[in-house]
Amino acid sequence: MNILVCVSRVPDTTTRILVGPDGKTADKTGVKFVLNPFDEFALEEGLRLREKNGGSVTAVTVAGEVAKDILRTSLAMGADKVAIIKTENEFDSYFTAQNLAEFASNRAFDIILLGKQSIDYDSLQIPAYLGELLGIPSIGVVSKLQIEGNNVSAERDIEGGKEIVSAQLPCIISAQKGLNEPRYPKLPDIMKAKSKPIEEVAAIDCQPRTTILEMSIPSKKRAGVILDGSDGSLDKLVTLLHEEAKVI
Amino acid sequence: MFDFTLTEELNMLREMVRDFANNELKPIAAKIDEDEAIPMDTIRKIGELGLLGAPFPIEYGGSGFGEVGYCVVQEEIGRACLSTATMIGAHTSIGTNAIYLGGNEDVKQRYVPQLASGQKIGAFALTEPTAGSDAFNLRTRAEQDGDYWILNGEKLWITNGPFADIFSVFARTKRGITCFVVEKGTPGFTPGAPEKKMGIRGSKTSSLTFENCRIPKENIVGSDGRGFLIAMKTLDAGRLGLGAACIGACKELLEMSTRYSKERKQFDQPIANFQAVQFMLAEMAEKIYTSESIVYRTAKMYDDGGKISKYSALVKLHTSEALDKCADLAMQIYAGMGYSRELPIERFYRDSRINRIFEGTTEVQKVVIAKDLLKSNGVL
Repeated sequence: MNILVCVSRVPDTTTRILVGPDGKTADKTGVKFVLNPFDEFALEEGLRLREKNGGSVTAVTVAGEVAKDILRTSLAMGADKVAIIKTENEFDSYFTAQNLAEFASNRAFDIILLGKQSIDYDSLQIPAYLGELLGIPSIGVVSKLQIEGNNVSAERDIEGGKEIVSAQLPCIISAQKGLNEPRYPKLPDIMKAKSKPIEEVAAIDCQPRTTILEMSIPSKKRAGVILDGSDGSLDKLVTLLHEEAKVI
Repeated sequence: MFDFTLTEELNMLREMVRDFANNELKPIAAKIDEDEAIPMDTIRKIGELGLLGAPFPIEYGGSGFGEVGYCVVQEEIGRACLSTATMIGAHTSIGTNAIYLGGNEDVKQRYVPQLASGQKIGAFALTEPTAGSDAFNLRTRAEQDGDYWILNGEKLWITNGPFADIFSVFARTKRGITCFVVEKGTPGFTPGAPEKKMGIRGSKTSSLTFENCRIPKENIVGSDGRGFLIAMKTLDAGRLGLGAACIGACKELLEMSTRYSKERKQFDQPIANFQAVQFMLAEMAEKIYTSESIVYRTAKMYDDGGKISKYSALVKLHTSEALDKCADLAMQIYAGMGYSRELPIERFYRDSRINRIFEGTTEVQKVVIAKDLLKSNGVL
């Protein structure tokens, strides 16, 4: 089974994000970056498919030189090959998807796995874009995956329930939390990842379709107040709505 | 001149161990203490991930992270559970390291890979009823009988004693002190029952008894009479890992204490507003920063082949006292809640105390440092 996993480099969830001086980009100074947690589920699933069916796992990212660290993390977890589609410019989901499609188009992958979203811009567009660009089925937000021969059965989270979708390989699966429990990289594999090659591919030129006009930090939420629901608390509610919230 | 930044692979190592410690150790650390045991399943996982062989080269079943990498592992484990750090330390940096540092190629090939890869658990057996700080005063004897050595005597306070598979045992011969590899199950060798301890209760400590225990002569580590040198060299490195575990515990205590002092209100304000509490936090930070600086500086020196005896004694002295101070201050900040067994503060407080005692007491470290100073006329 020839497996492709698309990965991205995102700020760690515990990092505090500040807007840069241009008001359009995040200030990256002192920010810790990690492999996107949803991509970790995708990579783990890819590794399990390889363990079951044989074949190889390739991890690819569209990013600048700095993102080589997440490729080495992917190698440490068990990817066989890694590649970086290199660009140092700011780019959007369309640009990423075009480049991933170009990379995948002549390499005959049986399955493409990726996180349902990257926890930086959270645009959730790549899985659908990729399906369209490659002309193959794309199943999003998958929390359970079964593959027998060429038949794919995927359970996906939908509003208030589950949906089971079937498709044929080759296809695209975007991973939701719960799909699996990603493994810890083993110490010798972390060490060996250092000396494995990283394939470099120049990004193809394609015009981004979106431009960020402005970026700002959400206004701070005030802590909620819970009243006990007794008749006596009604007066307090009115007072709070009047004096604190100033809505009546 | 100095570069204290970790390489990318050391950072990846830190991330991995921190995730493992947060997900797999922290949630069960209180239970490990209560049950006086680390689950065998947890020990197996620790071995499979390569956490029992961090410093050793890949060709010996390790991962080639050296002493610096081993210290990173112990720091992150120490944040979550000092019992587990003690188990790993006894296995790796003294039990296995004695064979790795002192053994000939044959002994190393036969024992280090299975220990470093975590298939077998190791222990280091030097201390005896009459040989604590006076480590040279061993009474366990080894006498040669053809192709065998016959061991007789008793060891005390041996970490991992009750369940380890492979022991580095020091005994007196005609030529001085000699180190032998003894396997569990060798006739005449009996580990005692686990001791009831104040802290690091999850680590198992016991006596070992040797009664006409026959050890094949190829199980000598190094050569006859070289054992004491091996023991001292092994302990030099062991003290760094102990220091690293102390740093981890100190960092955890400072982070907890800082958060708590901002939440806990007295006199209508967070106690963090009071200078008395602020001074405690600052003092903890000072202990941590100095500990971190000397542990990694000395570990790097060791990896570069430097002689570290005096410096590792300084590390052991400083870091063990630092953790005791941090645990004491954290207890003072948490006060009543810190004394409660619902929170881990009292566990850190109990677990801390042994660090000033085992692997050479605070006083023994001072003797080592002072002896060297008197020889060098005070040049550090």
